[in-house]
Amino acid sequence: MRHPELDDLAIAHVDCDAFYASVEKRDNPKLADKPVIVGGGRRGVVAACCYVARLYGVRSAMPMFKALEFCPDAVVIPPDMRKYAAVGRQVRGMMTALTPLVEPISIDEAFLDLSGTERLLGGSPARSLVRLVRRLEQELGITASIGLSYNKFLAKIASDLDKPRGFRAIGRAEAESFLAPQPVSLIWGVGKALERRLEIEGIETIGDIRERDEHWLVSRFGAMGRRLHRFARGQDDRRVEPDEATKSVSAETTFNRDLTDAEELARRLWPLCETVARRMKAGGHHGHSVVLKLKTADFHLLTRSRRLDTATQLAEEIYRAALPLLEKEADGRAFRLIGVGCTDLDDGAPGRLGDLLDAERDRRARVEHAMDAIRARQGEAAIVKGRSLPPTKPR
Amino acid sequence: MKITIERAALLRSLGHVQSVVERRNTIPILSNVLLRAEGNELSLTATDMDLEIVESAQAEVLRAGATTAPAHTLFDIVRKLPDGSQVELEASAESGVMTLRSGRSNFRLGCLPTEDFPQMSGGEMAHRFSVSAADLRTLVDRTKFAISTEETRYYLNGIYLHAARARSGEAELPVLRAVATDGHRLAKVEMPLPDGADGIPGVIVPRKTVLEIRKLADEAADRIEIGLSETKIRFTFDTVVVTSKLIDGTFPDYERVIPTGNDKLMEVDARSFAAAVDRVATISTEKSRAVKLALGKGVLTLSATSPEAGSATEEIEVSYDSAPLEIGFNSRYLLDITQQIEGEFARFSMADAASPTVVRDVADGAALYVLMPMRV
Repeated sequence: MRHPELDDLAIAHVDCDAFYASVEKRDNPKLADKPVIVGGGRRGVVAACCYVARLYGVRSAMPMFKALEFCPDAVVIPPDMRKYAAVGRQVRGMMTALTPLVEPISIDEAFLDLSGTERLLGGSPARSLVRLVRRLEQELGITASIGLSYNKFLAKIASDLDKPRGFRAIGRAEAESFLAPQPVSLIWGVGKALERRLEIEGIETIGDIRERDEHWLVSRFGAMGRRLHRFARGQDDRRVEPDEATKSVSAETTFNRDLTDAEELARRLWPLCETVARRMKAGGHHGHSVVLKLKTADFHLLTRSRRLDTATQLAEEIYRAALPLLEKEADGRAFRLIGVGCTDLDDGAPGRLGDLLDAERDRRARVEHAMDAIRARQGEAAIVKGRSLPPTKPR
Repeated sequence: MKITIERAALLRSLGHVQSVVERRNTIPILSNVLLRAEGNELSLTATDMDLEIVESAQAEVLRAGATTAPAHTLFDIVRKLPDGSQVELEASAESGVMTLRSGRSNFRLGCLPTEDFPQMSGGEMAHRFSVSAADLRTLVDRTKFAISTEETRYYLNGIYLHAARARSGEAELPVLRAVATDGHRLAKVEMPLPDGADGIPGVIVPRKTVLEIRKLADEAADRIEIGLSETKIRFTFDTVVVTSKLIDGTFPDYERVIPTGNDKLMEVDARSFAAAVDRVATISTEKSRAVKLALGKGVLTLSATSPEAGSATEEIEVSYDSAPLEIGFNSRYLLDITQQIEGEFARFSMADAASPTVVRDVADGAALYVLMPMRV
C-alpha cells in the first residue's frame, strides 16, 4: 500500500469484519460459503451477518423476518455472547500489546493511538497495524479493517471504505478534498433528523458545510454546529481515551410477545440476575447498587435503582433487590423488555455486613457459593433453583 | 379573613409548618398551608396526609375567616421581609386570592378553598402522658440514626416506642423504651415510665415525624404532652400540635437479637476512639467504609486499606483481657454510635468476628447499641 503521508499517521480505527458471524464461521468451517446471520427470536434483529449474507441485502440491525425475506437460505445462529466476549478480549489483548492507548468502542472495534511507538515496535504505525491484522487472521481466525489517519473522525471513516479486510489511510493533504463530495451523514452524530434539517438549509455534502461560517452553524445547530464546522475541515481534537474500569454489569432480554403479568416478568428477571452474577463473579466485582430496566410496549424506557446496604455479586441478592422495584412497576402495563444490572462497582473486597433480623441471609449466600462450586465442576445446568423451572399448573 | 401579625411570629410559625409540606406534590392542596383567623389568633395547619402540624400565633384579627395559601412561597416571602415589620393578610372566599402587604411590598397569592384541605380526623387519644423536652430529645437522638430507610422493611422506618420492664439487679422497673434498627445496627434507650403511660400499645413512629418533633423539641417548654391511640400519636408543645399516623406493622422481636453472652469485653475512651476511627476511615473506600479492629492485651489496633488510597493503622490503649480478636465494622456505623456516648468510656462486648457486638456507655445504663460486624 502506498500513501505519501503513510508513515506520519498514527491514529487508527480497527474494526473487525462481521465479527460474530466470523467467529461462528471460524468454529464451523462448513459455514464458510454459506450466508450466516447471527441473531434470534421472532422479534429479534440481525446482530451480525457475514459478507455472503450481505450480498442478498441483509444488514445488521435489520428485523429478522425481513432479513429472512431477503435471504431465506441463511443459516441463523443464536448469539453466543460469552464466546464473542472471549474472542473480543483476545483482540483487545493484541491491541494493547501495541499501545496502552486503546479506546474500545464495542466488543470488536477500537481506536488506537500509535504515536511514538516506532522505536518500540520497530516500524511505523502502519506497519504495526499490518502485523496486528495478520495476527488476528492467523491466531484468531478473524479479519479486520483498518482506518489510519491523524484523528479519530477520519480514522473511523477510513476503516469503512474498503471493508472487509481493508486498509485505508487519509492524510492531511487530501482530507478536505476527500470530504467535500461526501454526504453529511458520514459525520458521526448526523442522523436522519439532522440530515433533513441540513437539507432544508441546502446542505447535502460535507463541502456544503464548509461554505457556511461557524457562527451560522452554531446559531442553528448549537454544539453540533461547532462539530460540523470542524469535522468538515477534517479537524477533530478528541483524544484516544484508554479503556476505563468497568462501571456496570447488566443483562437484558426482549420478549417474543409483550408481558404484563408480574409473576411472568419475575420469572424472566431471575435468569438475568444469574447472568449478571456470573459476570460479576468472573470480573471480581461487587455492586453497591442494583438497577432494573423495563421498556414498555410503546418503547418508554424506565430505569429504577436501589442502593444496597452491603455490596453483592450474588444472583439471589440482586434478584431480591430488583424484585420489589419490578413489583412497583408491574401494574398492568405491557412490557417488551426487561433488564437488570449492578452499578457502583467495587473491585476490592468490600466486606459483607450481616443482618441482625435476617439470619437466612448468610445461609442464602452459602447456598449460592455451593451451587457455583457444583456448576464449576459439572456445568451450568447441573444445578438450578426451583425458580428457574417452568411454573406447574394448579391442579 | 383579615389580620395583621408581626413578621417574626408569622415566620416562626410558618417555619415550623412548612417543613411538613413536601416540595413536590401531586395534589395541589397539599402544597398549601391552612390559615384560620379567630379571636386573637392565627392558626396555621400543614399536612402531608400522614403527618399534620397545627400551630397558633398571636395576631390582630380584623375579620375572622380562613383560606389556604402556598406554604413554601408564603414562607419565602415572609423570610425576605425586613426584621420588625408588620404583615397584613387579607383574603375573601370569593376571590381565590390572598393579599399580603407589608411596608411597600404587596403580594397577591392564589388560594385554594379551605373545604378541600384534608383534615386528619382527630379521634380519641386513649392514652395520655407527658415527658420532659430533654427526655424526648434523648429518646430521639439516641435512636434516630438507626432508623431504616429501606422501603421493603417499612416496619423499620421509624422508632418503636413502647412500655417495657427493665431489669435492674433484682428489681424490675417499668420504662418507656425507644428502639430503632436497620438490621445492621440497633439502638435501644429507655427512661422511667411516665405516669399514665402504663398499658400503652407498642407503636412505630415514622421517621419524618420523629425528625419534625426533634426540631420542635429544641424550642419547646419543659413538658411535652403525648397522646396515643392505636393508629395515631399526638405531640402537644406550647403552641404546636403534631399529629401523626403510626406505621401499621409489627416491629420485630428485637430482644431476641441483643446478645447476652458476649464475653470479650473492651473498654475504651470514647472520644479518642471516635477520633481514631474517623482518622483511619479516611483511607477506607467511600463505598465500603470498612475498618478493622485488632484486639490484644491492653491495646487496640485500628486499620483500613483500600486498593486506591493505601493503608492506615493506629493504636489506642484500651482495657482488654480476653483472647486476641480481629473484627471489622462499617466505620460510619461505629461513629454514629460513639457520637451518642456522652460518658468518658464506651464498653464493647464481643463474641467473634461474625456475631453482633454490644456497645454501651459505661456511665449510662439507659442506652444500648448492637452493631453487626462486617466480614472483610
